[in-house]
Amino acid sequence: MLEFNNLMKLYQMGDNEVRALDGISLTIETGEMAAIMGPSGSGKSTLMNILGCLDTPTSGSYQIFGRETANFNEREQAIIRNQEIGFVFQSFNLLPKLTALQNVELPLIYAGVTAKERLELAQNALIRLGLENRMHHKPKELSGGQQQRVAIARALVNNPRIILADEPTGNLDSHSSVEIMTVLQELNVQGKTVVLVTHENDIASFTKRVIRFLDGKIQSDQYITQLRPNLRVAGVNIS
Amino acid sequence: MKLNENILMAAKNLQNNKVRSCLTMLGIIIGVTAVIVMTSIGEGAKQQITQNITAMGSNLLIVFPGRGAQRGGSFGGGAPLKNEVIPILQASSTLVAVIAPESRTRVTLKAGSNSYQTSVLGVTPEYLGVRNYQVASGNVFTEDDLKGRRRVVILGAYVAEMLFPGTNPVGQEIKIGRLRSTVVGVLQTKGQSGYGNNDDVVMMPLTTVQQRLSGKDKLSTIYIQVKSAAEMDAANEEIYNALLKYFEDDETKFNMRNQAEILSSVQQTTATFTLLLGGIAAVSLLVGGIGIMNIMLVAVTERIKEIGIRKALGAQKEEILGLFLIEAVMLSLTGGLVGIGLGWLGSTLISSFSGLSTVISLNAVVVSFVFAVLTGLFFGVYPAYKAAGLRPIDALRHE
Repeated sequence: MLEFNNLMKLYQMGDNEVRALDGISLTIETGEMAAIMGPSGSGKSTLMNILGCLDTPTSGSYQIFGRETANFNEREQAIIRNQEIGFVFQSFNLLPKLTALQNVELPLIYAGVTAKERLELAQNALIRLGLENRMHHKPKELSGGQQQRVAIARALVNNPRIILADEPTGNLDSHSSVEIMTVLQELNVQGKTVVLVTHENDIASFTKRVIRFLDGKIQSDQYITQLRPNLRVAGVNIS
Repeated sequence: MKLNENILMAAKNLQNNKVRSCLTMLGIIIGVTAVIVMTSIGEGAKQQITQNITAMGSNLLIVFPGRGAQRGGSFGGGAPLKNEVIPILQASSTLVAVIAPESRTRVTLKAGSNSYQTSVLGVTPEYLGVRNYQVASGNVFTEDDLKGRRRVVILGAYVAEMLFPGTNPVGQEIKIGRLRSTVVGVLQTKGQSGYGNNDDVVMMPLTTVQQRLSGKDKLSTIYIQVKSAAEMDAANEEIYNALLKYFEDDETKFNMRNQAEILSSVQQTTATFTLLLGGIAAVSLLVGGIGIMNIMLVAVTERIKEIGIRKALGAQKEEILGLFLIEAVMLSLTGGLVGIGLGWLGSTLISSFSGLSTVISLNAVVVSFVFAVLTGLFFGVYPAYKAAGLRPIDALRHE
């Protein structure tokens, strides 16, 4: 369970104080799949940064599965990013000089997993995402959809409870977008808590809950009752 | 994360940027090579000079004319020693084995159409043994030659080559100043020493030089061989006292040196020389270190995004610090090793092509290598620290 209570994030821009987050209180249950939407400057990215323990709030509380993180130091933040959170970025953020396999191994290296075990876990993660024939390719030798699947494999490999996806389909064509969203849906079905930021209604419609931000505040928080049919894309088998 | 993971990652990064890594290392390579080559030349010179001096025997005392009483007089520029000193020296101590006086006069030598200007040494036959000269062909002149003031001459290898190129001068005629003389011997080559060219030497009987060439009974140097090196100090004192008495307590009128003193002063000079060369070379090592810092800073800027990704995936601050620091140290370490290899090669080539003797000292190798690695570490700290301190959100946003 992710729980925000009266969360504030202030920035100083010259003489002006900008309230990026203005007293947000929000609960995302374990196993939920939620989309955060809103125009740029609405505070959704700031929320994602705090959600992912990449940034700390100015005030207020943020609990991950009951642990208060607002006062975490850098070391504790790094550990929670490594163990509890899997990041999926818009621009994939794979290291270009490393192969798909080496990219997926990175979180395991920082978790202190032995080389032998690491190789096995990373291979399994890539196989889960249907990339068994792409393990030794560098990112630039892969399509956008494949790169994002490598990134998802990397997000999964440490078996975190939360997947954070920041515009995961922003750089993909519509076919690949559906493919990636389906993968995220499957992960949610398997019990991962998935939070994604998007500005496309189509993409948001893959989730069960849409939270809209405006000017640092929650504008609306809707549960979608009419679930979009789960589109199974050929070649992606999550189970 | 374990250290070996970081080392592997750093090695991979360096491999991915081969050209840049090599260029960065170049500074360190040149630095270490320079230090090793320079100090090997200095060390070689020192050992050569030491060898030359000790070859003359450590039981040698040398008497020079004094500075003279007036201020600013140069070494040996005072009144010359005279022949009458010799019996006094002979009687001064029972420890004296051989006394070999030398009277030096500048002359022009002529043989056929060749001429050459140099100093002629008027000496006794024992002089050659005392100064460690050996005859390559012909003979040393004899006591009879000395008594008879005969016009016989022994040529150093260099002079012989200048005046009689390609032929054996023994038995040939030579004009020394206006004096028609016969070459009786040619010396074996001795090479360079701290004192100049040992082969640029011409020797005649002392009596011939003093009475037929210069017309004065002055002596420029007197070499005294003491019976054993152990009795050096005692002999030194007895001879000094005798000379002091002869010169009526005026110690400015003569100068005494013994081989040990000369050796230590020459060694001191060459050690300074070696230090100077090494110091100049060390500056280039420092410049190489700054090169490492420069490149590492560029690398950090280029890899901000990578640092952000690694941090988002859970890399700790120290792991990022370690990654960059290890890269810097690897560069300097590899550069240092290559530098040692090139330094060894360089000094070997120098000694085989220029004839300068070079000696690679273990000290220079160890010190320059350690210094190179420390330079990498020192200049790697700032860029690595900068990388480690980046905030993950800022780093991730960087394009």
